[in-house]
Amino acid sequence: MCTYNTVITDVTGSAKGPAGRWFHVDQATVYYDHPVHVMAGHALNVDLTDSSGGPGQRVALELTADSARALVRAIEDALAAVPPEIIAAG
Amino acid sequence: MTDTMTARTVKITSRDGTEIEAYLATADDAGRRGGVVVIHHMPGYDRATKEITRRFAELGYDAICPNLYWREAPGAEPSDAAATVRARGGTPDSQLVDDVAGAAAHLRSQEQSNSKVGVIGYCSGGRQSVLAACSLDLDAAVDCYGALVVGTPPPESSRPNLVEHLPNLSAPLLGLFGNEDHSPSPEHVDELDQRLTDLGKPHEFHRYDDAGHAFFAVDRPSYRVAAANDGWERVADFFRTHLS
Repeated sequence: MCTYNTVITDVTGSAKGPAGRWFHVDQATVYYDHPVHVMAGHALNVDLTDSSGGPGQRVALELTADSARALVRAIEDALAAVPPEIIAAG
Repeated sequence: MTDTMTARTVKITSRDGTEIEAYLATADDAGRRGGVVVIHHMPGYDRATKEITRRFAELGYDAICPNLYWREAPGAEPSDAAATVRARGGTPDSQLVDDVAGAAAHLRSQEQSNSKVGVIGYCSGGRQSVLAACSLDLDAAVDCYGALVVGTPPPESSRPNLVEHLPNLSAPLLGLFGNEDHSPSPEHVDELDQRLTDLGKPHEFHRYDDAGHAFFAVDRPSYRVAAANDGWERVADFFRTHLS
């Protein structure tokens, strides 16, 4: 089914997107719904976007649910391994 | 049926006055004929939906698929447009009805039109097909596994079900569903069937074993050839009955 459920969060960072160019990203849109490319009925989809850019200014991820959870754990593990003062320093 | 058609991008006017893009496929040698509005699925105005639109031209109809995302993302690659619209909350129901109304009017304005227009949608478009048929003067409607037509929407859903609209259903409804689908589940299909029966609304439902959601989607792992082939025959028969 189409879930219609969408979670949006502000982010600050950069992504490498269309035509191999880096661009600023300020928003992440996250939803579990039909993917466009990955061979699954549903996937955890993430769009990293520059909200001031056009529709094509986007890096898209489509992950199986298990892969998405693994990615979340990996991100949390990577952040946990960094001394807080390093993170605070930016 | 014909193997000679013309397919092209056109501009149509939505009922709200907005000019939007649409994909129009017309049979070249079918004489007077009905029209079919194809509602694209949530992933967008994509190649697969345009292939479906051309298939209706092959079946002898004028078929049109309005780009529901044109307002927010004109000219964008379909998946980018879908992502943009999703981030903005999706296509409002009222806008969908306006766009289908504009598409139907465009079909009826074609010189060879017999004034009959049907609508078909898949997945989210299945719900929208029912909504359009409850809101507009149409001659036939097809719902391919549309979720949230009946049943209780999940708390996070921004879409209501269509129960309160069903008394206004203006056209015969063909419903095609997979028995392995979770939304609409077989229980949802039972409920819709019963509600339409109680309302005296003509409808015809077909349900397929070994098929779940999106069994028509030839480019997805959900594709089920037996269900899809039979479904296409049901759709062809249904439109032949109601759009001729």
